[in-house]
Amino acid sequence: METQVTDWTGVGISLIKAVLVFFGVVNAVPVLVWAERRGSAFIQHRLGPNRVNIGGFTLLGLVQPLADVVKFMWKEDYVPSHANRVFYVLAPVLLLIPASMAFAVIPFADDLLVAGRQIKMQVADLNVGILYVFALTSLSVYGIVLAGWSSNNKYSLLGGVRSSAQMISYELALGLSVVGILMIYGSVQLDAIVRGQGELLFGVLPKWGVVTQPLAFVLFTAAIFAESNRLPFDLPEAENELVVGYHTEYSSMKFALFFMAEYMAMVTGAMLIVTLFFGGWQIPWVESAELRAAVGPIPAVLLQLASFSAKLLFFLWLFIWVRWTLPRFRYDQLMRLGWKMILPLALANLFVTGVILYFT
Amino acid sequence: MPIDPRHVKVLKADDIIRERENTQAWWKRLYLPAIVLGLGVTIRNMVRNLLHPGGLPTIRYPEERRDYGHRFRGRHYLKKRPSGEPRCVACMMCATACPADCIYIVAGEHPDPAIEKYPVRFDIDGLRCIMCGYCVDACPEDAIAMTKEYEWAGYDREAFIWDKEYLLNWRDEKLVDDGYQPYEGEIDKSRMSRGTL
Repeated sequence: METQVTDWTGVGISLIKAVLVFFGVVNAVPVLVWAERRGSAFIQHRLGPNRVNIGGFTLLGLVQPLADVVKFMWKEDYVPSHANRVFYVLAPVLLLIPASMAFAVIPFADDLLVAGRQIKMQVADLNVGILYVFALTSLSVYGIVLAGWSSNNKYSLLGGVRSSAQMISYELALGLSVVGILMIYGSVQLDAIVRGQGELLFGVLPKWGVVTQPLAFVLFTAAIFAESNRLPFDLPEAENELVVGYHTEYSSMKFALFFMAEYMAMVTGAMLIVTLFFGGWQIPWVESAELRAAVGPIPAVLLQLASFSAKLLFFLWLFIWVRWTLPRFRYDQLMRLGWKMILPLALANLFVTGVILYFT
Repeated sequence: MPIDPRHVKVLKADDIIRERENTQAWWKRLYLPAIVLGLGVTIRNMVRNLLHPGGLPTIRYPEERRDYGHRFRGRHYLKKRPSGEPRCVACMMCATACPADCIYIVAGEHPDPAIEKYPVRFDIDGLRCIMCGYCVDACPEDAIAMTKEYEWAGYDREAFIWDKEYLLNWRDEKLVDDGYQPYEGEIDKSRMSRGTL
């Protein structure tokens, strides 16, 4: 019998990566809330939260999320008397877990070659890559529907039902718009897709997904907005129709979990856009191997990480920016957009991509 | 002539929307250029507000205060004679003019025959008052005036019933500016010219 030697260093490195990435994304949530509140304030000619301070330091209002967290912890954790207790408690967990797993396959820098070891700069380089992300993001609808149903509130139920209908109509478009990318780079593995985007097209343009598949980028972005329940597609929440939709009856940390899950879904969505359409960690016109030779392995990884973060921050800002620009779509408009515009366009895009790939 | 129902076209909301959408320019019907234009508007506003935060209508309230006009009608006060007594002669003009009926005066006889009357009680119910300033207009003695004070707070309704002592003494001249007082000094001036002050 063959004995398998466990590579404990490898396990340790994987653990460290998982913890670091998880904490990075979780800590992005308060920063995003801060950006959302202060950004929206300045868009709307207000000042936003700027009073909370520690010893007189408000840090541009960054202390506010801290106060919010303390408030969440001390609020009464209330379960409505007619709610289905089991599902009511389960729902936020069901929403948060997929949201906090989906970004595991996103590569955030090129491989690090240190001490004869090749360390992948992603938590898990799964060969199913993008399919894993889609599988997990589709799971999040269960949390929303269960929350809507179990809290025994009509508004919550309507929010949950809307959410599931929205998911069904956008999941399809989401998947279809990516297929063109998969055809061009010939892989579903996100690492391979990012590597493919490091080449140059006609020797001048970086071969980013947005250059090769501009239409798919637009469709994918629209679908991701719907997927992460952000305005203009935030129908499950729809403050002015459904109170706050599926999490109306939730309070305290349970509500905070929904909140976190929404923002983490946003981070995942932005990461996907960057990885699939904007070259992930690639720095345009700089070959990864050349960069490593020029500045050394660790600075190269840090530079690529910075490149990835800069793109990511832009798209996170886009999520916020769009929210404070566009009004909400009406429900039938959303359905029409999903089924009658995005879906046929995605199919057409797929067809044209196939034809071009066949003749080149 | 009766209308033939077959000739009547019933417009539904959807038809109207579709018709309007179909008459728009094609690039507007694509959503995207319009969205980009909209994003441009919001980011332009945001950058302007970030560069000139002083231009924002929002102020940091307790530290910054809006400068209201000198005719601002805030909480009232009763003016005093040089002797420290109220200028008020309890003529009831203000109570009569008051549309909210918030002034309550009990008149008493003043020992000085030149003054005749004075208010034994002079109460204003701040919760009834509508800050119209008619009492100031009505006063022939320039005895009641308004300030710029608008920060009222109290734990109960009684805290908003201001009696004579309070109205005479609450105002700290260094902290609270004068508000609406249209006859400031004029009554004194005319009395002075007639020698009746």
